[in-house]
Amino acid sequence: MTIGRIAPETETPLLEVENLKKHFPIRKGLFSRVVGQVYAVDGISFSVAPNETLGIVGESGCGKSTAGKAILNLIKPTDGEVKLEGKRIDNLSGAKMRSVRKQLQVVFQDPYSSLNPRLRVGEIVGEPILNFDSRNRHAREERVIELLERVGLPADAAKKYPYEFSGGQRQRIGIARALALDPKMIVCDEPVSALDVSVQAQVVNLLMDLQQDLKLSYLFVAHDLAVVEHISHRVAVMYLGKIVELSDKHSLFSDPLHPYTEALLSAVPQPSPRRKPDRIVLKGDVPSPINPPKGCRFHTRCPYAFDRCYVEEPPLREVEPGRQVACHLHDDAEGTKGPSLPS
Amino acid sequence: MVATIESAEEDAVGQQGHDESALLEVEGLSTYFFTRDGVVRAVDDVSFSVAAGETVAVVGESGCGKSVTSLSIMGLLQTPPARIVSGHIKLQGRDLLTLPESEMRKVRGNEISMIFQEPMTSLNPVLTIGRQIGETLVLHEGLSEKEAESRAVELLRLVNIPEAERRVREYPHQLSGGMRQRVMIAMALACQPKLLVADEPTTALDVTIQAQILELMSDLKQKTGSAIIFITHDLGVVAEMAERVVVMYAGKKVEEAPVVDLFERPRHPYTAGLLDSVLKLGSSSGERGKRRLNEIPGTVPSLKDEIVGCPFAPRCSYATDYCRTDAPVLEEKAPEHFAACFHSDQLAEQEN
Repeated sequence: MTIGRIAPETETPLLEVENLKKHFPIRKGLFSRVVGQVYAVDGISFSVAPNETLGIVGESGCGKSTAGKAILNLIKPTDGEVKLEGKRIDNLSGAKMRSVRKQLQVVFQDPYSSLNPRLRVGEIVGEPILNFDSRNRHAREERVIELLERVGLPADAAKKYPYEFSGGQRQRIGIARALALDPKMIVCDEPVSALDVSVQAQVVNLLMDLQQDLKLSYLFVAHDLAVVEHISHRVAVMYLGKIVELSDKHSLFSDPLHPYTEALLSAVPQPSPRRKPDRIVLKGDVPSPINPPKGCRFHTRCPYAFDRCYVEEPPLREVEPGRQVACHLHDDAEGTKGPSLPS
Repeated sequence: MVATIESAEEDAVGQQGHDESALLEVEGLSTYFFTRDGVVRAVDDVSFSVAAGETVAVVGESGCGKSVTSLSIMGLLQTPPARIVSGHIKLQGRDLLTLPESEMRKVRGNEISMIFQEPMTSLNPVLTIGRQIGETLVLHEGLSEKEAESRAVELLRLVNIPEAERRVREYPHQLSGGMRQRVMIAMALACQPKLLVADEPTTALDVTIQAQILELMSDLKQKTGSAIIFITHDLGVVAEMAERVVVMYAGKKVEEAPVVDLFERPRHPYTAGLLDSVLKLGSSSGERGKRRLNEIPGTVPSLKDEIVGCPFAPRCSYATDYCRTDAPVLEEKAPEHFAACFHSDQLAEQEN
């Protein structure tokens, strides 16, 4: 069973990401000189075990989607390693990467733009099979129908076009396409954020059922903390291209260690009108990833920042078994857990 | 600035006695879109009212008609294809739907103003922030350009924009998303409107920025005493901001109640389903995988076809035969608590 998985180190991880970086050059002028870099993803490391869901949360511009794309090798990482089942995939050429794609699939955010409007649903879902599998037409069509039924769509959906479906149904089509080649891992990039709440619940349930039945691993990238909490086993919180906290879901949401995680959780409006929020409202905006602050990247908005935070960047380190945080407040070398966080 | 805001508050209170207690009354509003594919009944016989200084939330999912309701109030519908086919929208007793466009212009931005969802597309990219805020002041209050600019600086300070003197000369692209939404709010408040219509004002923003904007809106409401219609799909935001809530489904109002009653004792199965399917932070602290989310099966009906019976019946677990043939009317099920459902009492029992 997959319930409460917290110790993926004990088995071979399915996906390993080591110091992954993606910088985008900024070019200017007549000769397109590189005048700067956008440090979109700036050295992140984590692993995902078989049948596990790792959630990545953060606000716009924190690099979570870029991380997903770099792992999928849809954009070339600037530095670092990505390993799938122990084999490096970040440096593979297009042709070699093709064979890896069977294992590693993706579900995109926007169910409107990620399906070709001119293809029938049967062709959309069958396309990966056509590309990778030598099954004959009849077997392929059977497989498509099996997949459609698996994601809760009727078999006759295969003959229709994407515009005939609602947002939630289109997302099901996207999921069926991702499942077509029996992948081991699916990167889900904001798969439910374009959907209405009642439909969101349907898709979240579907993803969790599929994981249980097909033993899938998910890298679940999203900004909605409640959705991530529900679906993930472990969660990584990103801020300005870095992971600031990585922990099992339960500890992270009940006892956040990083001040950013704490503020992020307190910022979410709760659907209970009697409980008036006890909120930490962060001042200011997220700084630009072109010129991230020196020292701890969060110090410009952190309510607990002290002198050390302005100069020294805290590394992500394990402070309790299974809990990693990048914050000087939790530095054991100081002999304490730092100034205690007012709760 | 502060003095003018206070006088606005007195105004609002003074005006309250003038009509009944309602600042805005929407009565039997039906807004249809006449398209080549047929008539879309985007808003169908919707009534509600807003008292002076009150915050009313209108919630519902995409296509429920909540935004069309707000555009109808503002008189900003594009006609054709849209047309208000029946109903009244009364601001302090005066029916806005009968006003000629020239009169409506004096109301819009002055007595009622609006904050839109997307601060980037609703600001003019080639005008400075100051010009855009000042425009309403020049138009409605007859200020000179110079006076308008200094008022714009005051307004930017009011919405907590640092370095207001510098920002007032900047263009929208130079500001972050949160800043732009603050500018939108400053624009909306420029003439101290009695009613502010906020259409998903924080939906495009990150949560930490959303927290700032919600805090700002609550603050400003205290200071200015404007009534707010808060249109949103986010039940968390509703719980935090609203005093009263109107729930819409498929163009119809299906429930209305004070906020606590609505969240604790929903009387319409759609509201109950919505509340069940929304994820609460910290609620899955138990074992993962054991709990499935409650989902509302199926999808929202098409508004192009005439809906027979209750619009929610095909997705409703309480639905019986007559739900599919007879449309339930909105009834007061408990004090101040209205719902359009035949099985309200059964639902209320179940919830207990």
